[in-house]
Amino acid sequence: MTEALVELDSISMAYGKGEAAVLAIEDVTLSIKKGEIIAVVGPSGCGKSSLMKLISGLHPPLAGKLAVEGKPVKGPLKSVGMAFQASNLLPWRTCVDNILLPLEIVQPYRRQISSNRAEYKKKAEDLLHSVGLRGFTEKFPWQLSGGMQQRASICRALIHEPEILMLDEPFGALDAFTREELWCTLRDIQAERKVTVMLVTHDLREAVFLADTVYVMSDRPGKIVKKCTVSLPRPRDLEITYTQGFQDIVHELRSMIGGKH
Amino acid sequence: MRREELFQNIVPPLIFTVVLFVLWEIVCKALQIPLTILPAPSEIFAALWQYRAPIIDNSWVTLWTTLAGFLLATVGGLLMGIGVGWHKNVYSAVYPVLVGFNSVPKVAVVPILILWFGLGELPAIITAFLISFFPIVVNVATGLATTNPELEDVLRALGASKMDIMRKVGIPGALPYFFGSLKVAITLAFVGAVVSETVGANKGIGKLMLDAQAAFQVQIVFAGLLVLAFLGIVLYVVTALIEKRFTAWAFRGQDR
Repeated sequence: MTEALVELDSISMAYGKGEAAVLAIEDVTLSIKKGEIIAVVGPSGCGKSSLMKLISGLHPPLAGKLAVEGKPVKGPLKSVGMAFQASNLLPWRTCVDNILLPLEIVQPYRRQISSNRAEYKKKAEDLLHSVGLRGFTEKFPWQLSGGMQQRASICRALIHEPEILMLDEPFGALDAFTREELWCTLRDIQAERKVTVMLVTHDLREAVFLADTVYVMSDRPGKIVKKCTVSLPRPRDLEITYTQGFQDIVHELRSMIGGKH
Repeated sequence: MRREELFQNIVPPLIFTVVLFVLWEIVCKALQIPLTILPAPSEIFAALWQYRAPIIDNSWVTLWTTLAGFLLATVGGLLMGIGVGWHKNVYSAVYPVLVGFNSVPKVAVVPILILWFGLGELPAIITAFLISFFPIVVNVATGLATTNPELEDVLRALGASKMDIMRKVGIPGALPYFFGSLKVAITLAFVGAVVSETVGANKGIGKLMLDAQAAFQVQIVFAGLLVLAFLGIVLYVVTALIEKRFTAWAFRGQDR
């Protein structure tokens, strides 16, 4: 947990060009260490998702320096896995075939997929088993519950062993119990694989429970208004969310976000 | 289960059709409508049997010209739809012309086609193609436009090219739209072929009906209509079955 994997130096980003451009992010400086989990929280429309697009190389910055593994980002990173609030699984593919989709795109897997299909399939099945989807690998997405679909979606983001896992409100559409269950799934899978995670969320409890560092963003254009290091011991149990220490952090973050009370 | 399906899908339409014909027969007989205005079903079926040889002969021509035009429209419409759905610029360049072209009544084009290609099957094939091409293009383009932007991001972040996204997500996702449009297109192609035959041809159901009309053999005209309706239903059912076979996932929950 030493070297910085992602570095943003006074980054701004805008959608559109010229005078019609809308500034989405302004002067953001942050760094993500290898194996760290960071969470970005903030009011809706504050540019949290834009930050994700920026780091994955899908959208260029307007100003500032952005580097991943010490190299400036010029295009899609390929070493990124993404998952969103909607699982976006392809309805015509079975669960395991959905998971294999990234391997049909990313090198070096892409070259080998036709000859190594069986091996990759085994890998995808193992991954699905590790998130509790044993016995659902050959099912179609619509045969799974919302929580299961989300688990599968996270597997799809992990199958090509990305450096960075980007999650954009991944549990936003789930009920409270399922959500907490998936927090633990994510916690375990991260602990096992040591993947770097960037979690965009508006659930402060989720952010504090999962993250090492929480960044609070302001209203549009998004700026980082607070960096909060969560020093709660790991491994964290759901019980921790009921402790005073945990509540204090959540409370402090809440006060930074504003809005009418 | 089988029995249930039979009672749901076969029996009700059969009863309805028979009742319709019986009512028709009763009305014709009760009001003593002359044969030259509206022949009764019994007379139509009699004509159908009596003239079965020329009817089958001409139906065959109409059927294959329809299918040829439809096949051309399917291939052309799919390619064009992908082209139009591929890029915004292609869309904005091509779309107005397409709409304009589609607005021209195809009956008005047939004389030109006959001028170019002479009387024969070719004008019918081209008319069938022209009339059924448009819905396929529009549907494929619409289907491609519905590609989920988040999923596109997921794949683009992995370094996927536009081609990759089209192949893995766009085109499979547009297939229900494509097959849905085929059901519309097949009946339109049929209409196109027959329209062309009635304007000018030397064979086909349309031509047969035209000749029968000139000879005041109204029961043959109606026999032709009946054959057209029957062929239309058959063609529709076949495309619907193909649709179900290839995009079963889009019909989830219906029979799974």
